[in-house]
Amino acid sequence: MTEDTSPILRVEGVVKYYGARAAVSGVSFELWPGEVLAVVGESGSGKSTLLNSVAARVRPDAGRVSFLTRHEGMVDVHAMSEAQRRLLARTDWGYVHQDAVQGLRMNVSAGANVGERLMALGERHYGRIRSEAASWLERVEMDVARIDDTPATFSGGMRQRLQIARNLVTRPRLVFMDEPTSGLDVSVQAKLLDLLRSLTRGLSLAAIVVTHDLAVARLLAHRMIVMKEGRMVETGLTDQVLDDPQHPYTQLLVSSVLQP
Amino acid sequence: MTDTSTVLPALRVDGLAKRFTLHHQGGVELPVLEGVSLEAFRGECVALDGPSGAGKSTLLKLIYANYRATAGSIRVRRESASAEVEVTRADARTLLALRRDTIGYVSQFLRTVPRVGALDVVAEPLLVGGEADTSALREAHRKAQELLLRLRIPQRLWHVPPATFSGGEQQRINIARSFIRSWPILLLDEPTASLDADNCSTVASLIDEARARGAAVIGIFHDARVRERVATKVIDMERFQPRPGSR
Amino acid sequence: MKIDDFSPAVARDGNFNFAYLDERTKRMIRRAILKAVAVPGYQVPFGSREMPLPYGWGTGGIQVTASIIGPEDVLKVIDQGADDTVNAVNIRRFFQRTTGVEVTTHTTAATIIQTRHRIPETPLAAGQILVYQVPMPEPLQKLEPREAETRSLHGLAEYGLMHVKLYEDIVRFGHVATTYDYPVMVDGRYLMAPSPIPKFDNPKMSMNAALQLFGAGREKRIYAVPPWTRVESLAFEDHPFEIQRWSEPCALCGDTASFLDEVITDDVGGRMFVCSDTDHCLAHRPAHD
Repeated sequence: MTEDTSPILRVEGVVKYYGARAAVSGVSFELWPGEVLAVVGESGSGKSTLLNSVAARVRPDAGRVSFLTRHEGMVDVHAMSEAQRRLLARTDWGYVHQDAVQGLRMNVSAGANVGERLMALGERHYGRIRSEAASWLERVEMDVARIDDTPATFSGGMRQRLQIARNLVTRPRLVFMDEPTSGLDVSVQAKLLDLLRSLTRGLSLAAIVVTHDLAVARLLAHRMIVMKEGRMVETGLTDQVLDDPQHPYTQLLVSSVLQP
Repeated sequence: MTDTSTVLPALRVDGLAKRFTLHHQGGVELPVLEGVSLEAFRGECVALDGPSGAGKSTLLKLIYANYRATAGSIRVRRESASAEVEVTRADARTLLALRRDTIGYVSQFLRTVPRVGALDVVAEPLLVGGEADTSALREAHRKAQELLLRLRIPQRLWHVPPATFSGGEQQRINIARSFIRSWPILLLDEPTASLDADNCSTVASLIDEARARGAAVIGIFHDARVRERVATKVIDMERFQPRPGSR
Repeated sequence: MKIDDFSPAVARDGNFNFAYLDERTKRMIRRAILKAVAVPGYQVPFGSREMPLPYGWGTGGIQVTASIIGPEDVLKVIDQGADDTVNAVNIRRFFQRTTGVEVTTHTTAATIIQTRHRIPETPLAAGQILVYQVPMPEPLQKLEPREAETRSLHGLAEYGLMHVKLYEDIVRFGHVATTYDYPVMVDGRYLMAPSPIPKFDNPKMSMNAALQLFGAGREKRIYAVPPWTRVESLAFEDHPFEIQRWSEPCALCGDTASFLDEVITDDVGGRMFVCSDTDHCLAHRPAHD
């Protein structure tokens, strides 16, 4: 791995209010190329709001989120034009929703779901789009024979795989994942985690994974952030935080699960 | 230009202390180590000796940055950088880089990934970062096979995920995985605990080979014969026991 | 065929303002038209009025025609290429009664042609205006029902979604199965619904000498293709755009290059194919009357 000279993402003092309540108050961190960061905490801890603020899906009330663009260096994503932001979101970024229905077009075929980003970028050759889609279905371990079926006919695990393929087809450098494996059966969950792990490692993807499941963090993430009431209470290497938690809340979190 | 690598230690621990604070047991403090100072040079094998509970594993985990030190310093000379890294203060990214290229760690337990076969588990440390090209993959597999042969893992198990293996087999997979890379610093936590005499001797040879190529090895060896066979220096950990009442 | 055969003369009814709409409304619509012409293919919202016929009968096209027509104009109205169908006859009578302008069936004689679902076979000339009746102006509507989102997609020229639709066609039918209202790009910028004309007519839209105006009454949108504007039908490189073709000529005039309608001639399976453009067909028939 080559040494990078700049983080791919820099988050500085992000604050987001919902009414009078601060869902996120003053969170800062950096993410480096190829690094997977888990954001853990209970529901209501602000982890999803943090993810959406960073992914430019909601506008924070204060703070700055900068992304290392391919051509212009670090750029404040909230200061970009909508056109730039949307372009970023469908090229260099990916977003994997907890509920695949939100991340997929349920009434168009799996192939078109994967091919949509390519078409949006101007690919106009049906055969090429189709073969690229097929190769991504293979990479996420889906049966290529189902390329023309709609996700409405797929199981939860397959929908999630399809959503991942749909995001990765443009080779993004940063992927946001919101509870990517919750809501799936345990065995399906294990396989999907395994796939995510090999994809993030194999493609040197930087990723932010929001999860309430410490085992997911342990398996996928290099580093983690523990959130409580909108604040970052602890951060460090994943095994550091899980094996030697310092903050009372993290100790409680770690001790209340069975051996992550 | 003189080679300073044999003169300066690969690892320096100074005044290191570790206390656990259990916030949910009334904030009770568990002092485990205090005033740990030691050095390990290239080509040395430092054995940590002492009864269980003396903090031997804790020290290895502190060096690997798995645990966070309460006081003191751990300085590591990193292969690719000229300056030392102060492990207790380094940021996450430096620690990850350190684990990638400088410090290898054999824990007592193998943490398996569900569907990955033994050969790939062993080869993985050679393939971190980036998409491996086929020649790199082939070379990693060749080295992995060599180690699995030496550690007497039957060939029929090479493509089976190690989760189903016996304790001794898992331990050998773990060892193979840690010796596949030429780590400058190697931390071994009871590498021979559940191994038979033949495999113990293979591990001893692997340690000798690592030393010969210049690695600094720090290990915990439960078996006195193995310890005598491999150690160039023995540290008595009882010296670093916190005295009652001390902070 | 003379126009009086199916459309007896209607006298100008002085109780109505010229062309039915009040002058302020016409001005508002003209402003929308000017904006539409200035931004080819862009859907301009306008304050669509209640008209004395229901939505779906061409209220958008009628309001556009009413706003641009003057006493000297010569009007032609077609429905599916024919001057003699109910919709065409009624709209023609409406303008005869409210404006008293001259009406015609001849494409070449008209200054304004209001159309539902066809472009005349006879090439249009500079100075002519073709007014389309549009039921659904938003080409992305079926794929993306949120209007705020489709507006953003137009604003940012993000049209990958439209190709998703074409991709799906090929997946399901082996070719792009859309034959009517086939989406086009106007001047390389805006994706546009050409209204439900057959894709056979799409090539005629491009670099046409006439001004093409589109009115959607229910959806309250006006858009335009100015003369000599590039209009491209979407396609894939390996599935290029193609127009319909017929294996036989028109049964009435023998033309092999026009758009044909299938006509059932009896109840025992008899049928024939005839030109959908009646004016074109009449002009090409062997003289016998």
